[in-house]
Parts: sequence; structure tokens; C-alpha cells
Amino acid sequence: MPMQAHDIEDLIKDALPDATVVIRDLAGDGDHYAASITSAAFEGKSRVQQHQMVYKALKGKMGDELHALALQTSTPQD
Amino acid sequence: MTEVRDWIDNVVKTNDVVLFMKGTPEQPQCGFSGRVTQMLDYLQVPYSGVNVLESDMLRQGIKEYSDWPTVPQLYIKGEFIGGCDIVTEMFQSGELKDTITEQGLVAEGA
Repeated sequence: MPMQAHDIEDLIKDALPDATVVIRDLAGDGDHYAASITSAAFEGKSRVQQHQMVYKALKGKMGDELHALALQTSTPQD
Repeated sequence: MTEVRDWIDNVVKTNDVVLFMKGTPEQPQCGFSGRVTQMLDYLQVPYSGVNVLESDMLRQGIKEYSDWPTVPQLYIKGEFIGGCDIVTEMFQSGELKDTITEQGLVAEGA
């Protein structure tokens, strides 16, 4: 079952309450999105670790219901 | 599942540059996998392609190995570099070329 943009945003904000999340629907089919996420929780983390934090927030939906999520992560200072 | 993990570990550690992908470098079967092969070809870095579509155990095993939910996955000198997003970011910033050059992995005459 495809996901809605606000579902993705809610899941990310549940795990990263301070995050600002901008989601773009890439294909209008509910499983190809791009997301830009800024959070202080990313500080000191490598890009791979930052993206892994986001995937954990999505509770296994990434690669399952969600086929593609182009991620851009940054800290407030970036 | 440990055999798959051991097999993956061996592939990652015995190849300088290895891309776990959908399809093959000559015939990628997913846009994201294809994009990474194009970047590696552009940088003229020799690499091995592993087609995860050949085995469900491999397709699942690689995700557990790196704790990363998607394919493609790029490894350089045994280290997980990232998926299509991160490799693209590194390619555009020049970081991927630097990494490959520093490791002496660029093909002769490149």
C-alpha cells in the first residue's frame, strides 16, 4: 500500500522531534519521494549513519512499501 | 543466513570496489543501480557487480549485512560507502573521485 507524504513526515518527526522535513513526491505513485531533513541529532554522524537513522524512523517501510526515498540530511549548522 | 553473510563479507573484502546491484553493470535492471554504474564508468574505476536479483537470500542478506534497506550498495576497500543518494552526492562534490584516486583505484590511462 503506497505511503502518503504526511505519513513519512510523521514517522520521521516521531523519531526526530526537532527535525524540519521537506518531502517532494517524485512520481505521484505513492512510493517515489525525495526528503530533505535537518536535525541536530545528525551532528557528529556520517552520512550513512544519518540516513540509517531516517530508515529506522520509517520502521521497515523503506524498501518495502516505500520503493524510493531520495534522502538529503543536514544539521542546522550545515 | 550466516553462509550468505560470510560470502558477502568475503566478496566485500576481496574486491577493491564492489557494487551490489539489481542486474549487471552491462544490463542494470533498476534506475538507481544504473545511475551508480554510470558514475563508476565515468570515473573509469574497475569494479565488480553483484546481481542481487539472482538470489532472495543474497537480496535480503546484503540489507542485513550493512543495516541498509535498499540496493544498490557500493563498497570501496571493504567499507560501505552508501546507496545511490550518497554516491551521487559524493560524485557531484568530487569526493567520490578523491576517494578513488587516494586509494589508487583509477584505471590506467584514466
